[in-house]
Amino acid sequence: MEHFSLIATREYLNKIGNKSFILMTLLLPIFLSGITFLLSFLSSVNNDTSKTISVVDNTGYIYQKLDSSTDIIYDLIEDTSLDEAKEISRNKSDYGLLYINNFDSPEEIAESIMFISETSPSFTVLNKLESQLESILTNENFRILGIDINQINSSKIIINLFQESFDGEETTRVDGVVKLGFGFALGMLLYFFIFAYGSMIMMSVMEEKTSRIVEIIISSVKPFNLMTGKIIGVSLAGLTQVLIWCVMFSVFSYFFSTYFGISASSSSGEIILSTDEADAISSFALEMISAFMNLPLTNIFFAFIMYFIGGYFLFASIFAAIGAAIDNQADAQQFMLPITLIVIIGLYVGMLTVPEDPNGIIAQIFSYIPFTSPIVMMMRIPHGVPLYEQILSLTILFSSVLFFVWISAKIYRIGILMYGKKITYSEMIKWIKS
Amino acid sequence: MSNILSIDSVSKHYGNFTALNNVSMNIREGSIFGLLGPNGAGKTTLIRIINQITMPDSGKVLFDNTPLNVKHIKDIGYLPEERGLYQKMSIGDQALYLAQLKGLDNSTAKSELNSWFEKFEITDWWDKKITELSKGMAQKIQFIVTVLHKPKLLIFDEPFSGFDPINANLIKDEILKLRDNGATIIFSTHRMESVEELCEDIALINKSNKILDGKLDDIKRKFKSNTYEVGVNSSNPDLLNKKLESNYDISSPSFKTIGDNLKLNVRLKNNQNSEDLLKLISQDSEVIHFKEVIPSANEIFINSVEND
Repeated sequence: MEHFSLIATREYLNKIGNKSFILMTLLLPIFLSGITFLLSFLSSVNNDTSKTISVVDNTGYIYQKLDSSTDIIYDLIEDTSLDEAKEISRNKSDYGLLYINNFDSPEEIAESIMFISETSPSFTVLNKLESQLESILTNENFRILGIDINQINSSKIIINLFQESFDGEETTRVDGVVKLGFGFALGMLLYFFIFAYGSMIMMSVMEEKTSRIVEIIISSVKPFNLMTGKIIGVSLAGLTQVLIWCVMFSVFSYFFSTYFGISASSSSGEIILSTDEADAISSFALEMISAFMNLPLTNIFFAFIMYFIGGYFLFASIFAAIGAAIDNQADAQQFMLPITLIVIIGLYVGMLTVPEDPNGIIAQIFSYIPFTSPIVMMMRIPHGVPLYEQILSLTILFSSVLFFVWISAKIYRIGILMYGKKITYSEMIKWIKS
Repeated sequence: MSNILSIDSVSKHYGNFTALNNVSMNIREGSIFGLLGPNGAGKTTLIRIINQITMPDSGKVLFDNTPLNVKHIKDIGYLPEERGLYQKMSIGDQALYLAQLKGLDNSTAKSELNSWFEKFEITDWWDKKITELSKGMAQKIQFIVTVLHKPKLLIFDEPFSGFDPINANLIKDEILKLRDNGATIIFSTHRMESVEELCEDIALINKSNKILDGKLDDIKRKFKSNTYEVGVNSSNPDLLNKKLESNYDISSPSFKTIGDNLKLNVRLKNNQNSEDLLKLISQDSEVIHFKEVIPSANEIFINSVEND
C-alpha cells in the first residue's frame, strides 16, 4: 500500500510537471475559446457591413413596404430607365439593383421583378428579398380580391403540441435536440479521456521499460502494484487537467459574456429587433434551459462518473499491457488498431442508432458490450434508460475491468522484462496462460 | 558460519525452455559469493528468483532460515546488469523515490543520500537529469541507490561495466567495506580477474544446471594438476632436461623469466612430490623460478564449461 501511493504520487507529479502536459492544459482552452471568440467576432464584423440595394419601383407601392434592416438597406432611384439605373447603381457600388416593372396584376409583377448585381448574390440576401416581396404582393392580391387581411390573421390557428412523457414530465421539441447533443458530447468526452489518458499510461510504461529502470523498481515493488499505481496516478493527473479546464472554461465564459454583453448594449441604438424576434430568441433560450433542467441530471452525473471509472480502467489496463509488451512505439500499432476500431464502431453505432431510437435493439446491445458501453450508454442516458439496464451494463463493465486488469497484469509482468523480441498475439496468450 | 541464503532444488521453466534445473546452493553470511556462468546459463533467472521478481516452479529459497517473502525485499539490494534511470526526473528525486520504494522514510533517505553524494563528491548532481551525465556517472547513482537502504544481501550483476579503472576501484573498495560491515554479496560477472580478487565462494551455472560450487581455494586445489614451473640457470641444461624428461611429464613453459637457460613445466606423477623435484634441479643449477601452477578462475571456468 505504501508503494502504491508512492508510485501513484510519482506518476502524478511527473505528469503534472511534464511540459507538454502543462502546455496542453493551458493552451487547449485558450485555443478553443480563441476560436469561438474569433468566429463570433468575424461573424459580427460580417454582419456590420450592411448591403445597399437600389430599387427602381414602377408600381409606386412596393418600395414603401420594403423594410430596411441593419444588413439590407433599400435605396430608391426615381424615374429612370433600366439602363440608367444600372449605371447609377454600379457607380454607387451597390450590392445590387432591384428592378420592378408595373403591371395590373401582382402575378405579372412578380414574374417580371429582376435582381441585377455585380457578383452572384448570397442566399440569405435573396431569401430575404424574395420573402419580403412575396408577402407584399400576396397582401396586394388579398386587397384586390377584397379579402380582409386582419380577418385572415386573426383566424389563423397555430399549433404547438403540448408534449408530456407517460411519467407526466413536460417535454418539448427542444428536449430531443438537447438530449441528443448532450448525449453525444458526453460520449465524445469519454472517448477523448479514455484515449488521451490511456495512451499516457502506455508511454509511461514504455519509458520505464526502455530506460531499463523497471528491473530496479520491480525488485522492490510487485509488478501489479506498479501497474495499478501508475493507472491511478495518471487518472488523477487527468482529473486535475479536467478540473483546471472547468475553472478556465467558467472564467473564459464569464469574460466572453461580459465582453459581448457590453458590445450588445453599446450598439443597442442601431440594432432594432422586432419584439417578436426578441421574444422568439429569449423563449428559445428559456426552452433550452428548461430542456436541460428536464434531463435526468443526477442520473447522468453518476452514470458519467461510473462509466468514466470503468471505461478508463478497462482501457488503461490494456494500454499498460501493450506498453509492457512492446519495445518501441512503432510496434504499438498492431495492438492499438483493434481497440481503436472497436471504440470507433461504438461511437458510430451510438451516433447512428440513438437518434433513431435510443432504446432500439442495436443501441441496447452495444450498451452492454464493455468496450462500447461507456460511450453508447452515455449517449442514451439523457433520453432516459431504465435503471436495471444501467446496473446490468455497469456490472458487465466492472466484471470485465477485473478480468482485463488480471490479464493485463500477467502480460505486464512478463512483458516488462522481455527485450528485443517482437511480440505476437500468440506469444501474449502464452503469457496469460503461464 | 550460518547461511544467509539457501537455495534448495530450484527449477524454473518458460514454456518448453528450462531456465533452471534443480539448482541448489548455499551462500554464507558475510561472504562474497561469485555467481558465474556463460551468457544465457540461467544466472539472471536465479537472481530474479532471489529478488522475488519471478517465482520458481519448484524448490525452496530460504533467507535467514525463513522462506523468502515480501518482508525480505528491504533486506536485499539489487543492481541489475541492464540498468537505467528515468530520463526526465532529476537525479536526487529519483534516488529518493527508489530509496522510498525500498522502505526508507523520506528524511532518512535524504540524509543517507546526502552522505553518499558527499562521499562520491557529486553533491552538485542532485538537480541534474540523467541525460546530462556520462554512463559511468549514471552507474555511480545506481550503485548508491542499490546500497542506500543498507540491505543484508547485495546482488551486483556486472557492477564494474561502464566504469573507468579509477571508479571501478572506488566501487570495489566500497563493496569490500560493505562486506566488512557485515553485508553478504552475490557477485555475478564474466570478469574472472575480479572473481579472483574478490570472491571467497563461487558457483558455476551452465545450461541451467549448477556444475560446480564451493570455496574458490578448494576448487582450485581440486583443479590443480601438480604441475610446477621450473626455471634454472644450469651448467649443463641438456643433461638436466634429459633427467627431468625421464622422471616426469614435461611440457613447454607457460611463464616468462629472465636469466635462466632452461624453462619447463614439470608435472609430478602420482607418487612423486615437489621436494624431490626441487632437490633434482638444484643439484648443479641455480634455481631462478620454481612455482606450482595454480589454475586461474578463468581456466576453471573455461574447462568446466567446455567439458560439461
